[in-house]
Amino acid sequence: MGNDTIVLLGVNHKTAPLEVREKFALTAGYIEPLTILKKLECLKECYLLSTCNRVELLFTCDDPLGSRKEVLENLFGSQVTHSELDNFIYHYENEDAVHHLFMVSSSLDSMIVGESQILGQLKEAFRHASELKTSGLVLNKLLHKSFTVAKRVRTETKIGASAVSISYAAVELARKIFGKLSDKKVLLVGAGEMAELAAEHLVGQGVEEVVVANRTLENAVKLAQRFNGRAVALEEMEEQLTLVDIIVSSTGASGLILTKEQVKPVMRRRRNRPLFFIDIAVPRDLDQGINELDNVFLYDIDDLKNVVERNKAERDLEAVKAERIVGEEAIKFCKWLDKMEVTPTIVELRQVTDGICRGEMEKTLSRLDGLSEEQLKSIERMAQAISAKLLHHPMQYLKNEQVSHETKTRINTVRTMFGLNNRGNG
Amino acid sequence: MSFLLFQISFGVYFLATVTYMAFFVSQKGGIRSLARNIFLVAGILHTLHIIMRCIEAGHTPITNQHETVSFFAWSVAWGYLSFRWRYTVKNFGTFVSLLTFILMIISFSSIKEIEPLVPALQSWWLPIHAFIAIIADGFLALGFIGGTMYLLQERELKKKRFGLFYYRLPSLDALDNLNNHCLTIGFPLLTLGIITGSVWAKQAWGNYWQWDPKEVGALITWFLYAALVHQRFTVGWRGRRAAIMTIIAFISVLFTMWGVTNFVGGLHTYGQ
Repeated sequence: MGNDTIVLLGVNHKTAPLEVREKFALTAGYIEPLTILKKLECLKECYLLSTCNRVELLFTCDDPLGSRKEVLENLFGSQVTHSELDNFIYHYENEDAVHHLFMVSSSLDSMIVGESQILGQLKEAFRHASELKTSGLVLNKLLHKSFTVAKRVRTETKIGASAVSISYAAVELARKIFGKLSDKKVLLVGAGEMAELAAEHLVGQGVEEVVVANRTLENAVKLAQRFNGRAVALEEMEEQLTLVDIIVSSTGASGLILTKEQVKPVMRRRRNRPLFFIDIAVPRDLDQGINELDNVFLYDIDDLKNVVERNKAERDLEAVKAERIVGEEAIKFCKWLDKMEVTPTIVELRQVTDGICRGEMEKTLSRLDGLSEEQLKSIERMAQAISAKLLHHPMQYLKNEQVSHETKTRINTVRTMFGLNNRGNG
Repeated sequence: MSFLLFQISFGVYFLATVTYMAFFVSQKGGIRSLARNIFLVAGILHTLHIIMRCIEAGHTPITNQHETVSFFAWSVAWGYLSFRWRYTVKNFGTFVSLLTFILMIISFSSIKEIEPLVPALQSWWLPIHAFIAIIADGFLALGFIGGTMYLLQERELKKKRFGLFYYRLPSLDALDNLNNHCLTIGFPLLTLGIITGSVWAKQAWGNYWQWDPKEVGALITWFLYAALVHQRFTVGWRGRRAAIMTIIAFISVLFTMWGVTNFVGGLHTYGQ
């Protein structure tokens, strides 16, 4: 029947601290919890998602509150207390649930808005649900829709396009200078965590080689091994400048480790091939004057932060557009659901009137003799036309969303008027 | 008939420029392919116009300002179209269509009568010399656009203030390659243009070199480009300096083309 409620329960990074999310996290994978849910009588369809930032349950049922209680009891009963459940879990129904799911799939609810990972996680979770056949007509349609909404948001807004982390911003700048990075070499000066993060991003973009220079050679060797690179002593840095293209500096030195005068002769030896310096150390490692040299670009941590801030501002603007798309799609989906809801009533209504027509026809025709085939057919057609005309307005009333009554009330009215509710008994 | 074709191609160039501008602002892929197709149509119509004009005049249409500038615009357009198939430079088309359209405006506003050819120009060297020189100028113009785009992009990267161009222009590396590419085609053609000119001069005026203002202009231009090519190959000049040099050298091209005819005069000045 059509009047099930769609319920979405969950915790995420906005509503619950990490310690609480850890308790909810379904570490054992999807199969076990989905099997538990499948056994629950009260649920019609269900699906669940678990990532490091969120755990969400989506199901359809007759009785939202009762089902909620039973589901939570069965899934988290042992780890989580009642007060934690009440404090941290959010509960959405029907249109709100649809809206929330679309927000999640298009990465508007993510910790880093616009990141694309969530869609993959959602698809993975859905794959499990459809393999175990816990999702049915409504949830299948709903989840597929959430994927297309995500795609629409991605193509119609620039939400995923801008770099919102320091290391990503550095990569973006490198691309604007060098074009492709696949034949470029990176020198890491200092073996700190930030340098590592930036190197990871650059390696992800396919740079050819990573060279690590550090005061203690041991750390340099260790870091170089991670990227299949080589280690050099800090004293060799100037020599290395002729060989590499991107320099990420993050030493703990109190003064400058490289000046404009040192870089200038290097450019001649490099035949003016561009150099890109990224100074993420505080206090700064590199002389600001380096940026004035031709074909040399120097960005320090503040410059990069500015890039990130600007990108964030732009992204927030795009988020407004994205939310509008999500809202639009949620409304469209709910209309589909409404239609789903009235369909059984329409079918029943037709069955009833068809039955009446056929019965009355048989009664009448048995009393009439000498009618030709042709005439029989016209009487049959007339009976059908009368019933169709009579049903026309009730059908319109059922389907029409503009009528001020809720769909459920409309269905009820029609069912009472045509006595559909006490059919089957008599 | 040929003038009608000129007017139509003028209109289509205008349309292409507007569409390219719309693409530059919106960065929508659909608008770009539309702009490309319109520009291609304009280029084809323009080619037809030049052929018609050639038939109507009975000689290569490059003897007055209207014809020369229109021919120049044509070579810029086809220079761009010729290597668009080989590699694409992001948003290059916007700048190229703008320059082409500006040249067409200049051509449009010049006197358009077909004049009989002066005796000195009645030679089969005319099409050869003029054609080579104008194609060379076309590629050098593209190099100039590339250099300008380089400076715009480099400025935003150095100042660390990202405005209109940072997201829209390609990487510095791509722009520098473009500069190099245009130079390696444009410079040999320029050299060939000067050589054919001087051979023709020997036939027409009896001397290989006259020190006529136009010749001097061409020579200065040639030296500027030669210096750039030399520096590029020996010390690896590139980027900003190469871009500035390309722009200066191109100004010299323009001076040789217009400045000499309009302000200095000399043997090369035939039509107005």
